[in-house]
Amino acid sequence: MDLLQILSNTVSSILGPATIAYALAAVGLAVHFGYTGLLNFGIAAYMAIGAYGYAISVLTFGLPWWGGVLVGIVGSIIFSLILGIPTLRLRGDYLAIVTIAAAEVIRLLFLTNAFDAVTGSADGLSGYHDSFRAANPLPDGTFGFGPFTYNSTGWWVRIIGVLILAIAVLIVWSVMRSPWGRVIKGIREDEDAVRALGKNVFAYKLQALVLGGIFGALGGIVYALPSSVNPGVYVTSLTFFVYTALLLGGAATVFGPVLGAVLFWVVQTFLSNLLPALVVSGILPFMSTSQSQTLRFILVGVALMLLVIFKPQGLLGNKKELTFVKQ
Amino acid sequence: MSSNETPINEAPVQREKATNLHKGDIAPGVAKVDPIIIADGIRRTFGGLTAVDVDHIEIPRNAITALIGPNGAGKTTLFNLLTGFDKPDGGTWTFEGNSLAGMPAFKVARLGQVRTFQLTKALGLLTVLENMKLGAKDQRGEKFFSSMFPALWRKQDDAIEQRAMMLLKKFKLDAKSEDFAASLSGGQRKLLEMARALMSQPTLVMLDEPMAGVNPALTQSLLDHILDLKDEGMTVLFVEHDMHMVRHIADWVIVMAEGRVVAEGPPDEVMKNQAVIDAYLGAHQDVDLGVVTGRVAGEIPEEAQDLAAEVAALDSAIRNRAANDNPEKTS
Amino acid sequence: MTTVRIRDARKTRRIGIVALAATVATLALTMLSGPAAADDINLDKYDFKVSGNVKLNSEPLEAVALTVAGSGYTVDIVTDVEGRWSVGVPEKGEYTVTLDESTLPTDIAVIDETDDSPNVKEVTIGQSGSSVMNFFIGRGERNQTSFVDQLVERLVNGLNFGLMLGLAAIGLSLVYGTTGISNFAHGEMVTFGAIMTLVFSGMLGLPIWAGIPIAILLSAAFGYVMDVGLWRPLRKRGVGIVQLMIVSIGLSLALRYIFQYFIGGGTEQLPGSDSPQIDLFGSVSLSVIDLVSMAISIAVICSVAWWLLKTRIGKATRAVSDNPSLAAASGIDVDQVVRIVWIVAAGLAGLSGILWAYFRPGIRWDMGAQILLLIFAAVTLGGLGTAFGALIGSIVIGLLVEVSSLFIPADLKYVGALVVLIVILLFRPQGILGRRERVG
Repeated sequence: MDLLQILSNTVSSILGPATIAYALAAVGLAVHFGYTGLLNFGIAAYMAIGAYGYAISVLTFGLPWWGGVLVGIVGSIIFSLILGIPTLRLRGDYLAIVTIAAAEVIRLLFLTNAFDAVTGSADGLSGYHDSFRAANPLPDGTFGFGPFTYNSTGWWVRIIGVLILAIAVLIVWSVMRSPWGRVIKGIREDEDAVRALGKNVFAYKLQALVLGGIFGALGGIVYALPSSVNPGVYVTSLTFFVYTALLLGGAATVFGPVLGAVLFWVVQTFLSNLLPALVVSGILPFMSTSQSQTLRFILVGVALMLLVIFKPQGLLGNKKELTFVKQ
Repeated sequence: MSSNETPINEAPVQREKATNLHKGDIAPGVAKVDPIIIADGIRRTFGGLTAVDVDHIEIPRNAITALIGPNGAGKTTLFNLLTGFDKPDGGTWTFEGNSLAGMPAFKVARLGQVRTFQLTKALGLLTVLENMKLGAKDQRGEKFFSSMFPALWRKQDDAIEQRAMMLLKKFKLDAKSEDFAASLSGGQRKLLEMARALMSQPTLVMLDEPMAGVNPALTQSLLDHILDLKDEGMTVLFVEHDMHMVRHIADWVIVMAEGRVVAEGPPDEVMKNQAVIDAYLGAHQDVDLGVVTGRVAGEIPEEAQDLAAEVAALDSAIRNRAANDNPEKTS
Repeated sequence: MTTVRIRDARKTRRIGIVALAATVATLALTMLSGPAAADDINLDKYDFKVSGNVKLNSEPLEAVALTVAGSGYTVDIVTDVEGRWSVGVPEKGEYTVTLDESTLPTDIAVIDETDDSPNVKEVTIGQSGSSVMNFFIGRGERNQTSFVDQLVERLVNGLNFGLMLGLAAIGLSLVYGTTGISNFAHGEMVTFGAIMTLVFSGMLGLPIWAGIPIAILLSAAFGYVMDVGLWRPLRKRGVGIVQLMIVSIGLSLALRYIFQYFIGGGTEQLPGSDSPQIDLFGSVSLSVIDLVSMAISIAVICSVAWWLLKTRIGKATRAVSDNPSLAAASGIDVDQVVRIVWIVAAGLAGLSGILWAYFRPGIRWDMGAQILLLIFAAVTLGGLGTAFGALIGSIVIGLLVEVSSLFIPADLKYVGALVVLIVILLFRPQGILGRRERVG
């Protein structure tokens, strides 16, 4: 068992594309759920739309990489409008069911053989990297320090990812301290009260849905940037993992989603390296290596339950500011 | 907790009542000299149950009108209908000459007709000051794109904050301005909700049971605030159970029963009206209506009541020990 | 035979519903018992598997030779007495299965008008680690199945599927009605029943007539444990419904992966899952297991209806669903009602999982999660919190899923149901049978 390698991998995951992608999606979810109180269980669909929008526009329509990013964003806005205009009038738990169902519909549409030529059905999409990598200003080779040593493409993906994440966090920070954010938080507390004060609650919810949705789509794009688009990723579990990351950091905080995503992936990476190593070295004799991988996800579920029950405000949230409104 | 424990007639100031509000003989639906709201043929049914069926009603301007009636008379439903929070099966109604039929609640509020809620809707996880600032109308910083640039809205926001602090001082909440609204007492929340409504500078203030659950110590100040609204040129329409309060501050009283307006008139005359005594006071004349703060019974569907009764009859031996630990339920 | 026994069982009204379900299931499935071992090669040697059936008009064909080739590996196999075969293969990927037509009875060939060489099929082993390739040989009739026959077959299948959805949906609906929890872990309660049957009948070798009742009783016990160990304490803490919903999501994830931990990522079959087909009319045929499954569903659903309508505790349940505070005020022990609801709901979900394991066929760690949204759709369609609405919703959804696959690609058949769920929530959020809620 190479403990140093395990620790190195673990530390390296702080800057992993998956971590950045989760952080972006969690920031989007913070806008939806943490600030506005929208119980969106379809963040996986936003990520799928971002990823497929990016990959399809590059592969099928030959757009440059930034064109693909724009398509992903526009796709998420259209999805927000289609999803939001009819559903935002619904009660919280109904919205949850509608969004989770809509996310499954989106996933199945990407997965079906009927559109294989465009979506790649079960195989997903890959080989859309040329334009993105051609835009890389970094020199070839491998550089960095310690665990943060990546090749040129690796750095390019991370730099773009962190840049997008920084912009997203900045936007959320600035809007949530404004009067706009005040209305949004008011809606989370009691939308009828806000309505009675002459605010167009529906319009605000839709704006929040679009804003958070864009971050979700960007998360999907960052997830797809280094490797491929695989339909098996965008399942409802993904939504729940992002929720876990969000609640870990603090749903109604600016940096909570980022912290949560980092912790989520650090722990995941650590366990996914450590547990099989323990199995191989005979310290966990009662399980196989594949069982030890499953164990990680069991722990995610348990962690989600414990978090919601004992620390619903998350690590960064105000103790008084429980983000769950009793309905 | 009952407001009746503090007799209202200890009130230090007796202000003059508005009179001569109506035209012609007093009867349900009588025309007013200067109506602010005129409603015709408002009907609302839930399933088979008719909650509201009002042929004609006018609310006098710059006066305090009380809407009273027994539980389930349709007072809150009428409030919801007038303010756009619920849609009637049919009917027309106007506010200062503007038709409100089909208008969403937020637009009604923008016209200057704001309301409070029976179950107080203080925005618990916003501070008291944030609650107040939310009430102000036409804020530039509430538009999404300008919200990102404080330069565009900072000045207006400061002005709003000043006004909010003045109102908070008046309502004696200024010391709490940085606390979460959730930390306030029930009565303070009522005050906050009223103060927040005033931030939008309304012409008509609609208060749904402003006294429900208010600590007796706060009752008098709340009453004074309501009377002040009239002095400042506003019109007040409120739902209340407390007869003493109604008699004390209302200029006009509208009595509802089973969804209809059964009587209206100046408070003293309405209290003598036999229809009112029958419909409302009836057998409960000696019951302290001020303590009736919950109004659940009128809203439970009949079949549920039957079912519950049936179950109770089937096994009356079950001890009543679950009352304290029934589960959370969506409402 | 089956129906008579079910009627007998229904007479024993004093028996709890779960025990009743168990009894019926046992009696009915006894006839199907006898685990059938497929002729298999290299299953122990390799992790991945290709398997299938060869049948002529629903009759198994024995001693038909097949060749499985791919990934530089070739193996010959012969079907067993039940027409089954099973081959372990070294890795994931594409394999070619060739049926040797000379080993078929005379004058018989594999017929598929859309395929030039119908006796050669490609299979791909993907994430699941196994793949099934069946040869149904039918002297050409199958290909000429009329639309009406297909429709009838789908309707029957849909009814069957709808009924088993109904078992799960009634429970979900009762839980929602009495506690307000949208229980995302309900799918895992479905899986639990199937896995317990697998444990007792598949692994421990108990006969299926013993395994199924044990599984249902354990499911019910599981419901009790969840209520006492988790939901009741949370109710006492006054945890909000959104929090409870997310707790149920966490529970769902944890349980799902615990299942995977123990049974792995593949598909397991229950004993007796390959029962003979019975021709009904035209080319419509049903397996014995389908018929028994439907009979069990109907019997159990009727018992639940009777329980809800006639018994004291059933009425109390409906009263609590309507209005918990009023129910509590009228002397109903809400805690007791909720506890019983969890037990019944879990028992029903477990039974539903067992039946679904036969319908799919197969048991997977995430099988419950696969139909969770369909259960939600059914409950929503009928009106959240109304048990009878949930049943009707389930049948509608079941029919919709099966019939829609006549018109849209089979891998999109759930989409139709989900779209219906969304549309219903938009236009009639109270469901078909639900009451409109008062606003404000």
